[in-house]
Amino acid sequence: MTEEIIIAGFGGQGVLSMGKILAYSGMMQNKEVSWFPSYGPEMRGGTANVTVIISDERISSPILNKFDTAIILNQQSMDKFENSVKKGGVLIYDPNGIVRHPERKDINIYTIDAADEAARLGLAKVFNMLVLGAFLKLKPLIEPEYMRKGLEKSLPLRHHNSIPENEKAIERGKEIVKEIHLAN
Amino acid sequence: MSHIPTKDEICEPENMVYSRTCLLTDNALSYCPGCGHGTAHRLIMEVIEEMNLQADTIGVAPVGCSVLAYDFMNIDMQQAAHGRAPAVATGIKRLYPDKFVFTYQGDGDLAAIGTGETIHVCNRGENITVFFVNNGIYGMTGGQMAPTTLPNMKTATSPFGRDTETMGHPLKITELIANLPGTYFVSRQSVHTPANVRKAKKAIEKAISYQKLNKGLCFVEIVSNCNSGWKMTPLESNKWMEDNMFPYYPLGDIKVPK
Amino acid sequence: MKDIRLMKGNEAIAEGVIRAGCDGYFGYPITPQSEVLEYLMANKTKERTGMIVLQAESEIASIHMVYGGAAAGKRVMTSSSSPGISLMQEGISFMAGTELPCLLLNVVRGGPGLGTIQPSQSDYFQTVKGGGHGDYKMIVLAPASVQEMYDFAKLGFELAFKHRIQVMVLSDGAIGQMMEKVELDEQVPRWTDAEIKIKSPWATTGKTPDRERNIITSLDLNPVKQEIININLQKKFKHIQDTEVRFERIQCDDAEYLFVAYGSSARICQKAVLLGRERGIKVGLLRPITLFPFPTIELAKLAKQVKGMLSVEMSAGQMVEDVRLAVNGVVPVEHYGRLGGIMPAPDEVLNILEKNFIKEKSYEPHTN
Repeated sequence: MTEEIIIAGFGGQGVLSMGKILAYSGMMQNKEVSWFPSYGPEMRGGTANVTVIISDERISSPILNKFDTAIILNQQSMDKFENSVKKGGVLIYDPNGIVRHPERKDINIYTIDAADEAARLGLAKVFNMLVLGAFLKLKPLIEPEYMRKGLEKSLPLRHHNSIPENEKAIERGKEIVKEIHLAN
Repeated sequence: MSHIPTKDEICEPENMVYSRTCLLTDNALSYCPGCGHGTAHRLIMEVIEEMNLQADTIGVAPVGCSVLAYDFMNIDMQQAAHGRAPAVATGIKRLYPDKFVFTYQGDGDLAAIGTGETIHVCNRGENITVFFVNNGIYGMTGGQMAPTTLPNMKTATSPFGRDTETMGHPLKITELIANLPGTYFVSRQSVHTPANVRKAKKAIEKAISYQKLNKGLCFVEIVSNCNSGWKMTPLESNKWMEDNMFPYYPLGDIKVPK
Repeated sequence: MKDIRLMKGNEAIAEGVIRAGCDGYFGYPITPQSEVLEYLMANKTKERTGMIVLQAESEIASIHMVYGGAAAGKRVMTSSSSPGISLMQEGISFMAGTELPCLLLNVVRGGPGLGTIQPSQSDYFQTVKGGGHGDYKMIVLAPASVQEMYDFAKLGFELAFKHRIQVMVLSDGAIGQMMEKVELDEQVPRWTDAEIKIKSPWATTGKTPDRERNIITSLDLNPVKQEIININLQKKFKHIQDTEVRFERIQCDDAEYLFVAYGSSARICQKAVLLGRERGIKVGLLRPITLFPFPTIELAKLAKQVKGMLSVEMSAGQMVEDVRLAVNGVVPVEHYGRLGGIMPAPDEVLNILEKNFIKEKSYEPHTN
């Protein structure tokens, strides 16, 4: 099993930390993992993306141009990464702020209304965990106990009291993910 | 006719009133006759010997006339790149806080190419001792203009005199670093008369003994002559130094511990 | 139980040097390597092992602080990225001239000039051919994973002291910034001052009555003596070339075509090998781990086996010169690289290999 994922959106949406929690959880489950971020000034407000690979084997290239799954959280990233999804792969996006929806017919497309849901919950910071839940629903690679360990490892101690609400958000994300189109 | 004693007869232990410190090697100094470097070397080595610090001392030699200081000083020494002695000394002192670490630098080294390192070593208050020999000229490379060259002074690269409009002003780096909270003791001396040698030695003693207190950086400038670079006899150069250098670089303590 | 963590490459090497018993780090912030200094500061190394960490006023000061510490026998290091490493060349040359051991890290970004902060491999010439003045070489280790960033801290210090030489870990922004699993090992104790006197009797630790004074200098104004110093340096480099070559062979045994790549390019090529094998192309990868000493003999052997080699670097073609020297015209050697901080994709380099050697069977010799 090798799962190659790109997560892309605005800086501040928790793109990099979502990737980190996913990678850490995979590692806790004894998988090989890599986490490769875009870095530099663009992180401060511009677009941010991270490539996460989870595999049973030694990971070759941490840098890729084709992905099994793309998690897309803004229009710029949609424009950039829609065509990077492998044929038959998965594209998950939050339609909030998206003006041009994905058009490909050879991939599986899902939406997650994470921004709306986070606003409804009054918990803006669980936005990325809702999205992560959507991914885990579609690709149940990581068992919940290892997700918890991943959260514990990647969040600083002072934020450990927020782990239960993060876990709840992951579960909620699994519930609200919507299928839009299945690959032809 | 009375017997005229031979040299060997004079050099008897009972006649010995003064000897060279064992911390100076037997190598003949490479400095020009009349230059102040030899006296400055001797004073520093004498103090280190008197304080019994040889086994604890690591010195840093610069680029300039005193690049070969390690040939004359019988202590462990490192030769540093031009201007970088304060950084080198920082590396040593941070890793050996109990050793006695000093740099010995000229004006080009300390106040031109190494200005950044000088300012920051002082600003960090590194517990090292800096000996700064200021003769207002680049001696080793053949008498070019230095940061401390006086206004209108002729050098190989200011053959019509230092024009402060285009070549900048003599840099009073010692006053500058004395303003930094990291420096503990700052003094300016000379070694051209016996009285000045005695005063300079006292300043060197203080600068070395204060290092043990870990209160910051101690800095002793020695205003010196460069009879070759200035194109004078040694005596003329000492007179010129008194008349021209001392008014711009007045001798005495600039910063003393409270 | 094994101590396994998810770390950035920059954090891994910082943890690596602490555990390798490093005595002192002197450095200056620059993207994409600032995490090294940040990690060391956050880890309170003084309390953990006694290791000193100091933020210097410049890269120039950093390397000369390293010089001072190394000349006094301590295990010291600095790290930077390309523009900062350019500034350090003065100190590196002085350390080469005085044969001082130290660990250096370049997390390479694209140049020339201020360039970009994105990953690049365009500092190969500067590092391998001697970026400072004079005839010298350093041992150059090229990590291709976060684990190797960690491992090369200890290996680097070992090689540095074994040969009294500077060891440069030549990484890049990708390896520095990415996170992977790292297995940590036991803490190596720092040397005591008494041990230093035994291990490095040449070091300036203070002249005691039982020995002559120690002098660290690269100056000898007598050209006859200076030539002897240089000849001895060259003998040392030859010995290192003969004894310290490291490389990794990936699917080379039956390879008909070969990628040659180091660092993050090697990771990309590793994937390209997998893709190539899926397409039925017998392709392998030779990954130099030491860039000096370069795996010249291994490449010469492979030249007798394969039909062509593609040197893949994030540069305009630097390492390819060493590949061509090793292969000596036996088979065609081509270069493929992306510039300015762009990283090639695995299928991109595979397509180039196919285009160069397989689809267009006719080979046009490379001319410069």
